[in-house]
Amino acid sequence: MYVWIWRHLPGGLAGKVAGSVLLLAAAAAFLFLVVFPAVEPRLPFNDVTVDPSSLRAGPQAFGE
Amino acid sequence: MLAKALRGVGQTLITFGVVILFFCAYELWFTGLETRAEQKKGKAELLEEWAAPAPTATTAPNAPSAPAVELGDGLAILRIPRIGRDYAKVVFEGVRMSDLKRGPGHYPGTALPGQVGNFVVSGHRTTYGAPFGQQEELALGDAIVVETRDRWFTYRVVLEEIVSPRDVAVILPVPRKPGARPTTALLTMTTCHPKYSARQRLITTAELVATEMKTAGRLPAALQG
Repeated sequence: MYVWIWRHLPGGLAGKVAGSVLLLAAAAAFLFLVVFPAVEPRLPFNDVTVDPSSLRAGPQAFGE
Repeated sequence: MLAKALRGVGQTLITFGVVILFFCAYELWFTGLETRAEQKKGKAELLEEWAAPAPTATTAPNAPSAPAVELGDGLAILRIPRIGRDYAKVVFEGVRMSDLKRGPGHYPGTALPGQVGNFVVSGHRTTYGAPFGQQEELALGDAIVVETRDRWFTYRVVLEEIVSPRDVAVILPVPRKPGARPTTALLTMTTCHPKYSARQRLITTAELVATEMKTAGRLPAALQG
């Protein structure tokens, strides 16, 4: 796939390098801004609270 | 044919590897950028709000010093000299994922700063600016200072423990005593444990030792020096 992309990038060596950098940046932006934020909530290692689900029982159980 | 197929497999695996590395960079670095901006904004908003006269000024001696806030609002500023002289994090109301992305979050329904009961705050340990990344460094007796509109509350660490994520007893008004009537004002910090995992929770509990009215140019003893 990478070979195919490299072959089809226009503009000689300089153009190919510039095109590669651009494609890489676009792929990274897509991952950082779209894919990772969507995947993250499904992963467990950001849980820092103690069983938040039980808090829905109502604030009375914890407040005073 | 086989060589070509193998090359395809190899490229795919390398691509996956790079994506995973990118994900680590996202979690540990990129998420912090968002939090830093939110903290800056939240702090500015809170200071501006505090500078304005209180909307419903109450003079009752037992009234909570901070009025109840809406989910997502800034509530107080948390300072921990042990972590750093300039460590000051805005605590937001709520422990939804969207609240904790912005900084430490206060469990709705638990006590407010300085109130008798348990003021419970959760924060990320490794991601989103890692506000509680150094919670483990707190030692017994260390100061945790909470700044509200008009007061400084100084708590001292009295207990550190590692518990199961289901152990909600640690955030009760009187920890571990369901239904008991609280007589002291506590502060409880929770974060994930071990680092980079969510298997357990690190719990730090502190007890209120001093309440001071804010006066211009005077910091509470724990923040001096």
